[in-house]
Amino acid sequence: MTLAADKNTDIVVPDGHVKLTIDGAEVVAPKGELLIRTAERLGTVIPRFCDHPLLEPAGACRQCLVEVEMGGRPMPKPQASCTLTVADGMVVKTQLTSPVADKAQAGVMELLLINHPLDCPICDKGGECPLQNQALKHGRTDSRFTETKRTFPKPIAVSSQVLLDRERCVLCQRCTRFSEQIAGDPFIELLERGSQQQIGTAQDQPFQSYFSGNTIQICPVGALTSAAYRFRSRPFDLVSTPSVCEHCAGGCATRTDWRRGKITRRLAAEDPQVNEEWICDKGRFAFTYTTEPDRLLRPRVRDAKTGELRDASWTEALRVAAEGLTKAKEAGGVGVLPGGRLTVEDAYAYSKFARVALGTNDIDYRNRPSSAEELAFLGSTVSGTNPEHGVTYGDIEKAPAVLLIALEPEEEAPGVFLRLRKGNRKHGNRVFHMGQWTTPAVVKTNGTLIPCLPGEEADMLGRLPSEVDELLRRPDAVILLGERAAEITGLFSTARELAAQTGAKLAWIPRRAGELAAIEAGALPTMLPGGRPVTDSVARAEVELAWGLETGTLPTAEGRDLAGILGAVANGRLAGLVIGSVDVHDLPNPELAERALDSGVFVVSLDLRESSVTRRADVVLPVAAISEKAGTYINWEGRRRPFPVVITGTNRLPDCRVLDTLAVEMDADLFTQTPAAAMADLGRLGHHTGNRIPAPSVDAGRPNRPGQRHAVLATWHQLIDHGSMQDGEPHLAGTARPAVARLSVDTAKAFGVADAALITVGTDRGSVTLLAEFADLPEGVVWLPSNSTPATVRTSLGAGHGALVTVTTAANGAAS
Amino acid sequence: MFDALKGFGVTFGTMFKKVVTEEYPEVKKIPAERYHGRHQLNRHPDGLEKCVGCELCAWACPADAIYVEGGDNTEKARFSPGERYGAIYQINYLRCIGCGLCVEACPTRSLTMTTEYELADDNRQDLIYTKEQLMAPLLSGMEQPPHPMRLGDNEQDYYVKGPELAVSMESAPFADSMETAPLKEQGK
Repeated sequence: MTLAADKNTDIVVPDGHVKLTIDGAEVVAPKGELLIRTAERLGTVIPRFCDHPLLEPAGACRQCLVEVEMGGRPMPKPQASCTLTVADGMVVKTQLTSPVADKAQAGVMELLLINHPLDCPICDKGGECPLQNQALKHGRTDSRFTETKRTFPKPIAVSSQVLLDRERCVLCQRCTRFSEQIAGDPFIELLERGSQQQIGTAQDQPFQSYFSGNTIQICPVGALTSAAYRFRSRPFDLVSTPSVCEHCAGGCATRTDWRRGKITRRLAAEDPQVNEEWICDKGRFAFTYTTEPDRLLRPRVRDAKTGELRDASWTEALRVAAEGLTKAKEAGGVGVLPGGRLTVEDAYAYSKFARVALGTNDIDYRNRPSSAEELAFLGSTVSGTNPEHGVTYGDIEKAPAVLLIALEPEEEAPGVFLRLRKGNRKHGNRVFHMGQWTTPAVVKTNGTLIPCLPGEEADMLGRLPSEVDELLRRPDAVILLGERAAEITGLFSTARELAAQTGAKLAWIPRRAGELAAIEAGALPTMLPGGRPVTDSVARAEVELAWGLETGTLPTAEGRDLAGILGAVANGRLAGLVIGSVDVHDLPNPELAERALDSGVFVVSLDLRESSVTRRADVVLPVAAISEKAGTYINWEGRRRPFPVVITGTNRLPDCRVLDTLAVEMDADLFTQTPAAAMADLGRLGHHTGNRIPAPSVDAGRPNRPGQRHAVLATWHQLIDHGSMQDGEPHLAGTARPAVARLSVDTAKAFGVADAALITVGTDRGSVTLLAEFADLPEGVVWLPSNSTPATVRTSLGAGHGALVTVTTAANGAAS
Repeated sequence: MFDALKGFGVTFGTMFKKVVTEEYPEVKKIPAERYHGRHQLNRHPDGLEKCVGCELCAWACPADAIYVEGGDNTEKARFSPGERYGAIYQINYLRCIGCGLCVEACPTRSLTMTTEYELADDNRQDLIYTKEQLMAPLLSGMEQPPHPMRLGDNEQDYYVKGPELAVSMESAPFADSMETAPLKEQGK
């Protein structure tokens, strides 16, 4: 007794904490903590199904029963430890010390298994199933249930990618709670009562969620399984490699499972600072593009005699490429377009290749609409972004107000969307969306739309509602800019001014995973690695010293940007092009790009799969896909997201290695033989502390105004669309949002298309025909998804956000 | 001199003893009934495969000799009763140690072992047996899958009525030994 008393006095209970006893051990826990987690910290795992740390407690499965004694009086029945918060002086006995708790748990398990089909051999969850594991650990060895089990037809496709087997369900409601609380898409619900209680979908409400894959992962039984992973393998036979998602700038941690050189599935990994435990369906399911039949496996060289591409050895292809590039360099110069999906290592190799091997600043990674103002913004504000000083996911969650400008979070940065929603639910954030219509994201973040014409965003910043202005002045408020900001004259400048005036933090969230890495690596015409201005002699000297170059070797003038490079190629001022993974249809002017590629200049293409670029190239060098190489992405926060090789032994070469060898053929050394070498070489440059590129100062542009004959186009990409990195996954494609053209009723009336089901949006270049849907857009504005139809906005219309378009009925039969 | 004669004595004596020489391969020895020979993937009495592609055999295998990939039965192409069948099934006899743990692990009694012991070859590739090589031969009354379920409406019928079906097939020529008979007797 004395001993115990001594022990009691030893434990200091800090403020806001309580002391309780679990299985005879005294433990201090913060007030409000759930008993099940306190026990877990102590190393006692109480079995559970419904409990999930990121979902609100439900107490649905009753598996976590423990014996509890409060103030010396035992509670009459065992209590669910996942809904009970700790209290001072509580005495808890788990299944380890209490036969009552143990028997209660075994009893619950027996009940849960009564209607469970026990079809583990054919169930995809078998081998990694909490029900299986806990039944073996805490369940009875036999069942006393001899009656006929309740059966359901199975499986039902909840969507094209999620299959539901109601027999296996233990009604823990993790999926329904996830849908309601985290994703905000109540697509899946609990139906019926009693023994007929089941999970189902609403009849009239179409299934639509970008996050449905998470329900498969958190389902503690095999009730929700993935159509893509159906019967593919067992966990014991899979190699799990940590990886980072390559689809957007979010940098979500993922886990790639593979066997026999083939990826079988991708899951969300846990990273509390970035994606918590969730990823979007694109990140989860879109990985089959690397095994499409048009994957490039061998180098190709254009045959001098036939003019056709033919397979070649690496030696030959590199020699031809080096000779061609050397000749082109002398004949006028070579432009470099690395594309926006590179790792830092690869982007750095492109950047160094352009400067050292080609002696040019004509390099621009931005394979999308871009502007000179953006270039200044990237140099002055974005380069050097890091989570210590910039905006982070955590900041978004805790910010009192977030203003999103030209950013559609659910479509362009799903991780950011989830944080916005969480911030609103947990901390009551105010979210303001400056856009054109009340998108699902506006509703689900409980946000407020600040409507404006496409292109009018910059102007609108000057006359924000006073409430927004006032909220932005609160500490920790955040302003977020999206990729389409580059299409709006003056937006970057005014957003910077607004941030400076209000004290709100400013961040730029691009759409592609490689953008921040390319900026850091200096794959831009005005910037060397680390944001060093090319025109700054001190910065150049620093780089020359680190790269072992003679003083004055680096080009001193700013290079051409994307449009400049393509224009110069098209009219013969540049004689060659080195192109990374660039899809011509993503470019602001695909027609100009095709003209440039067809102009007969020497083109070296480093790509994963056949494309309209590789078909026109003189030398095609195949590169490693994301799963075949190591590397580092930098997400929009500036956080480094390194990842190892997933599938080893493929002998595929990353871009940095290919460029290194190509440079050696051209008598230049890049020292980027491996991603690790490239990273070390970049590291030697150190942080840039000198001059930076001056901030942009551009007045808000005058947006196009809708007239009697023309409407103004608003457009952005949908998350799941016709992007080439979603190829080969029909189950994912099945959950894409329908492609519709949106306009207001008044606009439809004004253009005489109010009764038409199909409308045609056109320019003098071409047209897109889509089903019309009415939404709350400003008058004279029509919205199109950028790349969700065979006819895309960029290629078919040759237009972008804020352009003038015609709107007509599609009665003349013009199909998209 | 006496020693040499003694040696011949042994030789002559042996002539009157029972011959121990195996006349293999001219005469093949029949191993014990439970000999752990080559595996066999059995069929239901209507020819549908018993294998559901669950990979438990591969899981149990201590030598990592088995590779399985499941497949989805569709209404158009059904290989086994129920949702799932073994689309790819390989046993690598370079690795197999004949322990029989896979047979114990099999939940549908699809995988059993025959007494066939001639598992030698002159190259590695041919010793990886594929599903076609491991499938039990079609006996009379069986039909080459894919085909619809003939013996019931769902897979439950195949398992619940399994013993019954076996009894009713008792008179059938294959009924007694569908899973264990040496291949020779099954008509190979």
